[in-house]
Amino acid sequence: MGLLIKNAVIVNADKVLEKPQDILCEQGKIAQIAPGIAAGGHQVIDAAGKKVLPGLIDIHTHLRQPGREDKETIETGSRAAVKGGFTSIMCMPNTNPVIDNAMVVEFIIREANRVGLCNVYPIGALTKGQKDEELTDMAELKAAGCLAFSDDGKSVLNSRLFRLAMEYAKMLDVLIIEHCQDPLLTAGGVMNEGVVSTRIGLKGDPGIAETVTVARDIEIARYLDTRVHLAHMSLKRSCELIRFAKSQGIKVTAEACPHHFVLTDEACSSFDTSTKVNPPLRSQEDVEAIKQAIADGTIDCIVTDHAPHTKEDKEVGFDGAPFGLIGLETSLALTITELVLPGIISLTQMVDRMSTAPARLVGLTNKGAIKQGYDADITIINTDKEWSVTREGFVSKSKNSPFIGRRLKGMVEYTVRGGKIVYQP
Amino acid sequence: MSWKHKHLLGLQDLSRQDIELVLETAKSFKEVSSRDIKKVPALRGKTVVTLFFEASTRTRISFELAAKRLSADTLNIAASVSSTSKGETLLDTARNIEAMNVDAMVVRHSSSGSVFLLAEGLKCSIVNAGDGCREHPTQALLDMFTLQEKFGRIEGLKVGIVGDILHSRVARSNIWGLTKLGAKVTVCGPATLMPRGIEAMGVEVCYDLKKVLKQSDAVIALRLQKERQQDKFLPSMREYSRLFGLNQAKLNEAGSHLIVMHPGPTNRGLELSAEVADGPQSVILDQVTNGVAVRMAALYLVLGTKTE
Amino acid sequence: MAAVKIMDQEAIRRAVSRMSHEILEKNKGLERLALIGIRTRGVVLAQRLKEAIKSIEGADVPTGILDITLYRDDLTLVATKPLVRETLIDFDITGMKIVLVDDVFYTGRTIRAALDALVDFGRPATIQLAVLVDRGHRELPIRADFVGKNIPTAKHQDVQVILGESDGKTDEVILRDSPESNEAAYLI
Repeated sequence: MGLLIKNAVIVNADKVLEKPQDILCEQGKIAQIAPGIAAGGHQVIDAAGKKVLPGLIDIHTHLRQPGREDKETIETGSRAAVKGGFTSIMCMPNTNPVIDNAMVVEFIIREANRVGLCNVYPIGALTKGQKDEELTDMAELKAAGCLAFSDDGKSVLNSRLFRLAMEYAKMLDVLIIEHCQDPLLTAGGVMNEGVVSTRIGLKGDPGIAETVTVARDIEIARYLDTRVHLAHMSLKRSCELIRFAKSQGIKVTAEACPHHFVLTDEACSSFDTSTKVNPPLRSQEDVEAIKQAIADGTIDCIVTDHAPHTKEDKEVGFDGAPFGLIGLETSLALTITELVLPGIISLTQMVDRMSTAPARLVGLTNKGAIKQGYDADITIINTDKEWSVTREGFVSKSKNSPFIGRRLKGMVEYTVRGGKIVYQP
Repeated sequence: MSWKHKHLLGLQDLSRQDIELVLETAKSFKEVSSRDIKKVPALRGKTVVTLFFEASTRTRISFELAAKRLSADTLNIAASVSSTSKGETLLDTARNIEAMNVDAMVVRHSSSGSVFLLAEGLKCSIVNAGDGCREHPTQALLDMFTLQEKFGRIEGLKVGIVGDILHSRVARSNIWGLTKLGAKVTVCGPATLMPRGIEAMGVEVCYDLKKVLKQSDAVIALRLQKERQQDKFLPSMREYSRLFGLNQAKLNEAGSHLIVMHPGPTNRGLELSAEVADGPQSVILDQVTNGVAVRMAALYLVLGTKTE
Repeated sequence: MAAVKIMDQEAIRRAVSRMSHEILEKNKGLERLALIGIRTRGVVLAQRLKEAIKSIEGADVPTGILDITLYRDDLTLVATKPLVRETLIDFDITGMKIVLVDDVFYTGRTIRAALDALVDFGRPATIQLAVLVDRGHRELPIRADFVGKNIPTAKHQDVQVILGESDGKTDEVILRDSPESNEAAYLI
């Protein structure tokens, strides 16, 4: 017995199939796509009036387990993911212990399978203990299940070590995701350095901390002729550098987060610690540039950088609070509300940036599209349905969202992973 | 004209009328402070706590004296930031103190905006005695009170603020207040300690101290923290003093019209020479006297405001 | 809403004139005599008494201004703090015969506050009270020494004294029904 999705308007990255189809999922795969498939004993979802998308993929989340289970666990993070329409997520290695050995990788995959809601792919640390000193055993980590490597949370400051990591990753054909932020330039900044930080007296983090690292990484990628993926780009200038690099044929890819195309540093003047994030919220000009870069493909994909923190951790004042905000449950609706409905990107482009491109970047070859033979990871959404972000509404263990109180359009109606319904409201 | 603020968190949130009301009210309190019996029963039965997470003697004493002259009961708590970062949050600490039925809390904390957290999380009135680099409203109010006393007005005055603008809450509060009251403010200091985009706050930037002294009616010299050299903002204290320190020679060149202010405590020989600090153009001690009156006005006003 | 004029400009002038004679008579002249007006209209009346006394005796009586706001017993009850204005007494009151001057004498609470305020400035030999209108309804054991006019009133009524110097209009005293002002009147 399989799952049959009736009357599906299928949105793939290449086109929208306006004529409704039926999708039959069997043994975790998409078995058949055709009009009028007989219901015969299958579980049936009627998707009439909704949009059927390949399952969303977030290649940048923080699940906090192992180490800070008070902030999030693989289970609560998975629940938040499927509520947000994600069928696959990749978790960053800055846990305790760090994901720098096969045991931690195996633990996370085992726990994710036990929870059984979404696919969780651990991202391996680039350097042991994320200490910026020695490379991790990347081949072993790859064998254990790591599709990408990163020291996210900070830059690999040692440029020589980063070059070596890139060379090694090229040999293994794995993606390196770089957190671009030179800590010597950041120098303790807690928000974007600019007119707002000047006005409210918070320590500024200058944009050049990001752009000099972007420029360095592009140069190393050019020199080695290898791939590098730049995490959470936040600046107009970064987009310009990436655009230039791509025009030169340099193998750089990049991602951006909804908060960087929705909010500006003005949000920090409320001193809401949910607006304290790395990289910081930037200017309106940067917000516009990020939107444009998502539209023209300079930015390849949208990620959440879901970073849960407890109320206690965030209740200590802006300087003392940790960086980060939660994003899994708001990412899709923010993208629909801020990019799709205003016509900045099309629905097919959204599918590309949130599913197809991420799958391609990390080599998930059976994901990112609704096609016969692909994994039956499917997200069914209603783009018109409006809802309010509330503190109570979050299923994530943490509630540090700057979007609480907002009205958003676009709601997940079903999340299907491996042919099974894993979420419906 | 009436006061509607339960808290005094900064001059950014106050209107010109609000500021003028504080200054006007402070005049009466200055008269109280000049009496033989320097005490009025206005806040009898009220409890005012000073909660300082940063060391400060004079601001705390000034607030304490202000509260006492209004007949309030006072309690001083020196807390350490480290104790609040471990386990107990800032809000926790404050809530515990408030639970003893405190009416107003005068707070100093090293984190900008921390007073907002307290104002939201507590029921009592919060008076900001300095939050990080953001605001130090009573200091700016006493500076403005002193200016008004000396010049009879603030509108149209030219005021220079000299020193580490980047880290100065005194500078920020004075910029808010002085520009709202129609003064023309010029900030002056090393480029490395000049915050990006400060012009957007309605001030002019000038790196030439002599020029600033020449054009100003009053100049506020800021205290330079010695750590700034360790943080590499400055090549040396000697160089700072040479470029931005006030001495008699520089004042003489500018003319005798100028008055010199400083929020204290002064680093003599660094941001200003002893000769200047004690000289006829200095109003530093008037500032200290006026500080008590201004803080009496602030406490009197916030403690009278009941907001549902 | 009924409003009755109780005193006109002329009546007020005569009352002030009479009170100035009474003050001089009771104190046997000007020696060590001082007037202190309670803000706002008491200040105007004190000034008028000073002028009336000068026209009789040919000399100035020291005159001061008292703001009693900070001594009010209802400060913690009112919603917003009343404006505090300066007290101006530029002479030493110790050993002086002080005449406190106010416009309307009602509950006595203003005078209680004024007495508290005065003793913070020194130790006068005596303190006397001069009021333009005594409307009764005392809540404290305080009485006036010099009264312009006694007016029987009900508690819900409001007595309004208008003086040229402070109000910019022709002098008069008006009694009106004003239930809303009942509480405000009580408070002061």
